[in-house]
Amino acid sequence: MAFDVEEIYETASMILRQNLDIRATTLGINLKDCIDSDFSAFCAGVYYRICGHASRLVAETEELERKYGIPIVNKRIAVTPVSLIMETHRTPERFLEMGKTLDAAARDAGIDFIGGFGALVQKGLTRTDRMLIEVLPEVLSRTDRVCAFLNVGSTVSGLNLDAVNLLGGMLKQTAAKSENAVGCAKFVVFANAPEDNPFMAGAFHGVGEADTALNIGISGPGVVKSVVDQNRQCDLTALSELIKRTVFKITRAGELIGRELAAAMDVNFGIVDISLASTTARGDSVAGVIEAFGIEKIGAHGSTLAIALLMNAVKKGGAMASGNVGGLSGTFIPVSEDAGMIDAVSKGALGLDKLESLTAVCSVGLDMFAVPGDVPEETINAIIADELAIGVINNKTTGVRLIPMPGKQAGDLVEFGGLLGTVPVMRVNAFSATDFLKRGGRLPAPVTSLRN
Amino acid sequence: MEKQKELVFITVIGQDRKGVVASISGYLYRKDVNIVDINQRIMTDGYFVMSMAVDAKAATVSMTEMSRELDQVGRELGMQVQIQHENVFRMMHRI
Repeated sequence: MAFDVEEIYETASMILRQNLDIRATTLGINLKDCIDSDFSAFCAGVYYRICGHASRLVAETEELERKYGIPIVNKRIAVTPVSLIMETHRTPERFLEMGKTLDAAARDAGIDFIGGFGALVQKGLTRTDRMLIEVLPEVLSRTDRVCAFLNVGSTVSGLNLDAVNLLGGMLKQTAAKSENAVGCAKFVVFANAPEDNPFMAGAFHGVGEADTALNIGISGPGVVKSVVDQNRQCDLTALSELIKRTVFKITRAGELIGRELAAAMDVNFGIVDISLASTTARGDSVAGVIEAFGIEKIGAHGSTLAIALLMNAVKKGGAMASGNVGGLSGTFIPVSEDAGMIDAVSKGALGLDKLESLTAVCSVGLDMFAVPGDVPEETINAIIADELAIGVINNKTTGVRLIPMPGKQAGDLVEFGGLLGTVPVMRVNAFSATDFLKRGGRLPAPVTSLRN
Repeated sequence: MEKQKELVFITVIGQDRKGVVASISGYLYRKDVNIVDINQRIMTDGYFVMSMAVDAKAATVSMTEMSRELDQVGRELGMQVQIQHENVFRMMHRI
């Protein structure tokens, strides 16, 4: 036989027992050429553009799922940042209408989330960008599937503190308007946002992209945990090598499916994003991998080293497996979506300060956590600014997805259900940085940006 | 033109018992699916694994139906059955 039984068993076990899946197939769609001075025609053009592509995405994805026996969990759409296409239709009513158009297109095409309702404001805000931020509470609370993002910093441009200072208030309004504050779970603020990230809520179709790009997000913390479990005694170098080899294999599976899907849909193949992404399913936990390394609970001293080891090995395995590795490619540590993270917060092993330090070596940032609803908006701005400063100065992507939970206190748990899981409300430092943040302006770009 | 050979791997995983090969191969015979190769082993973790490479070009059922029906055969045997096109193994295990 062309393959050993061991090889076939390894692949089958990854899927049947270790939750290997293609976490997201996200089709990026350019909407710039839908722009029309007639706003109704503009919206109609956007609706039909999205529906046309998305219905094929759903059908072809199901076909490949059957062919390879690998579950493809989420089918999603990312569009051109909406502030760009709305420059000549700058009214709150029209922004909301565009949000509803995207929502309707996603719903009618069978897509659970559509990303791109956002803006790139790392250097400054246009009047349109400012209006987009003002309407976000309405859009996030009155649509079900629309995800929003802002890129407020980059290593090249620095950090736009004026934009950050608008966000605490925006998030609190969004929380107040939506049930369980769930609107906030659909918004991510970034530094160094990748333009080809397939994962929600932060996916958008970058301005440097072609008309379409199919990006694949492959996951598999359960697969990595299994290989770690089988090798309890090896040293860090050997452990890294084992993870690298495992990630190599799962990235290759992602690349195969991405290429075939793009060819079947006659769209450009974009990137494979190999990111270990937890779900609330048993065993599908990044915290579980860290704990299998030999750490009692994620958040204990030693956890940052553990995430660094994991992250480094994942990137190397992915880079060897595909010439098109992109997006975020690393490790997500969302609090609410990972049973091990929730448990670590509940038991006092993991607090916001340690979470922030973990994000200095993971790929994403402070993701899916809640703070008490009475935390001042300036404190929320400061949490965001701290996290994004890590990204700007260290030339990496960082993001924040934060939920100020009305009426809740530190230690409470709020059940979202489904993909979003259960969010613990975390304790926040009560001292203030308000006078510092009130200065506004922009953190200048770091010296590492001066490469020319 | 004759259809190209398309190899599909059927993997059966569970506790060793009589009748596994007979049940699966009986089903494949009824559906005109040709078995190209077959291997079985008890793994180090104690599981019985049988893997069959089959050529489904003359099959009287679609991949989707075969997948669903083999799943049912597997259920009756108390075993997990996975069907995958050979490309995925080529990508994951060969450079």
